[in-house]
Amino acid sequence: MHSTSFISHFVRIKSSQIFKNEELVFKSEEQLNSSQFLKEAYKAINLNYPKYYKMDLLCKLGVLGTTVLLKDADYTSETALVLSNASSSLDTDLKHQQSIQNMVSPAVFVYTLPNIVLGEISIKFGLQSENAFFIEEQFNSDILQEYSSILLNSKKASSVVCGWIELKNDEYDVFLCLVSNVGEIPFTIENLKKLYLFENE
Amino acid sequence: MKEIFLQEDAIISPLGFSTKENLEAVRTGRSGLLFHEHKRFSQGGLFAGIIDSKELADEFSAIGDPTKFTKLEKMMLLAIQKVLVSNHKIDITTTGLIISTTKGNIDLLSGDHNFEKDRFSLNSLAKVIQDFFQFKFKPVIVSNACISGGLAVIIAKRFIQAGKFNSAIVVAGDLVSDFVISGFQSFQALSNKPCKPFSINRNGISIGEAAAAIYVCDQLNETTNISVIGDATANDANHISGPSRNGDGLFLSISNSLKEAKISAKEIDYISAHGTATIYNDEMEAIAFNRAGLANVSVNSFKGLYGHTLGASAMVETILSKHSLLNNELYKSHNFEELGVSIPLNIIQQTEQRELKYALKTASGFGGCNMAVVLKKSENA
Repeated sequence: MHSTSFISHFVRIKSSQIFKNEELVFKSEEQLNSSQFLKEAYKAINLNYPKYYKMDLLCKLGVLGTTVLLKDADYTSETALVLSNASSSLDTDLKHQQSIQNMVSPAVFVYTLPNIVLGEISIKFGLQSENAFFIEEQFNSDILQEYSSILLNSKKASSVVCGWIELKNDEYDVFLCLVSNVGEIPFTIENLKKLYLFENE
Repeated sequence: MKEIFLQEDAIISPLGFSTKENLEAVRTGRSGLLFHEHKRFSQGGLFAGIIDSKELADEFSAIGDPTKFTKLEKMMLLAIQKVLVSNHKIDITTTGLIISTTKGNIDLLSGDHNFEKDRFSLNSLAKVIQDFFQFKFKPVIVSNACISGGLAVIIAKRFIQAGKFNSAIVVAGDLVSDFVISGFQSFQALSNKPCKPFSINRNGISIGEAAAAIYVCDQLNETTNISVIGDATANDANHISGPSRNGDGLFLSISNSLKEAKISAKEIDYISAHGTATIYNDEMEAIAFNRAGLANVSVNSFKGLYGHTLGASAMVETILSKHSLLNNELYKSHNFEELGVSIPLNIIQQTEQRELKYALKTASGFGGCNMAVVLKKSENA
């Protein structure tokens, strides 16, 4: 199908750095663990969203990433969310698993689903839109592009935030992009892959 | 746009190891919710819908070595196998595979097992299923809380309409595990009795386990003529663990699915609700149904029979809704007593025969997600 959709903005969070549209937005001074990095990044981008502190790391990554992505961007309550990763909610699953023999916390358990990040992003930006969370072995541009295109072509979404949000063994790898009918980069499987693989040296 | 049909299906649950057995139990009101001893509970246990492991292994031994597969894998593999044997025309090499679950083999996370270390992962689960039947297409895995099973059917429809494949086997499954029991217990969301959806004295969910599979394709066959004519999901954008007070996301899902189906709320003959039996969920659904003009439509919840089977529930219930349409049968909402939501609903209190054409299946879940699908029975029934 002829693509009439474009990637207008994209964000990359990896190895203590945040890039938007290939430009460095934030880089931590020293090598920090995920939790510390997410705290520093929160301050650096002036997120000012107290709910952030209650979230698990996967949700923090998602809310931080979309905040950078959607700054100065057009989105509506019908902007859909199509995210994917390999490890589901493993980071929090392990925390909950460790607590089973002792005291279980509902504040931890609620984050033992990968789609909770879709809920946190929806709350932050008022998105009452289509949601889907896919699990893949590695970043798979095919499914993200195909499914997002279906939502756009069928008018089930006005625009789509799609991407990859992986967290495992305290290593994070995030790629998010905003897809709509405006922009310079055609929304193709190849372009998605290229942007994900982009490394700024 | 291609019309998408729901063809052969199978349900593996405490109510039986085929759709037929499940339907018989539903018809006669035989619930799978039994008391199971569990040391976490002061009353000595909980009411849950749990599949007997030995019966499952016996059933599974006809198709594979039960010791080589986890309980959930056996359930999901059996469900698919039953679909495949009931339709010999299904070509595995051209059929998509869509897998949905919330927690997969989460019972393996404790490490207390003889399987390989990463067997708990959803990618491993998908690989086991793909390899068992030799599916050629890479499996699509969706994990979207308690709407997963319904969302998987929606994704199948959308991918088939977009031409990704012509047909798909969609499978859903989830287990009753200590992981999930302890979590819902910490939320004080578990009922001390078998759950009572929409009733005044409901006090929480009962959890259950099940797997289900369904063959979705763009061809009509001789046996069934049920199609998915509208579908939508929508987030509440309100709370990650509590249902929205105004039912926004569910209302939007219903409105959008009816819009695609090009029918009005008045034409819906039957709603298969989510009906978990928590105070807030059932109230939220009543509000959303009322907003959508569906307050008078016959509605039931299957949770009193199965418990909440998490990522499997919306698929189990889509299959049961399909058979409701085919059999012109409205199934009693099990364990319903006196209405306990603020807006009147037309709860099905006795199983009855009635001519049916359109059904609506809805579900909601953690993360504020909601889904709705509209099913239609074609005229040439």
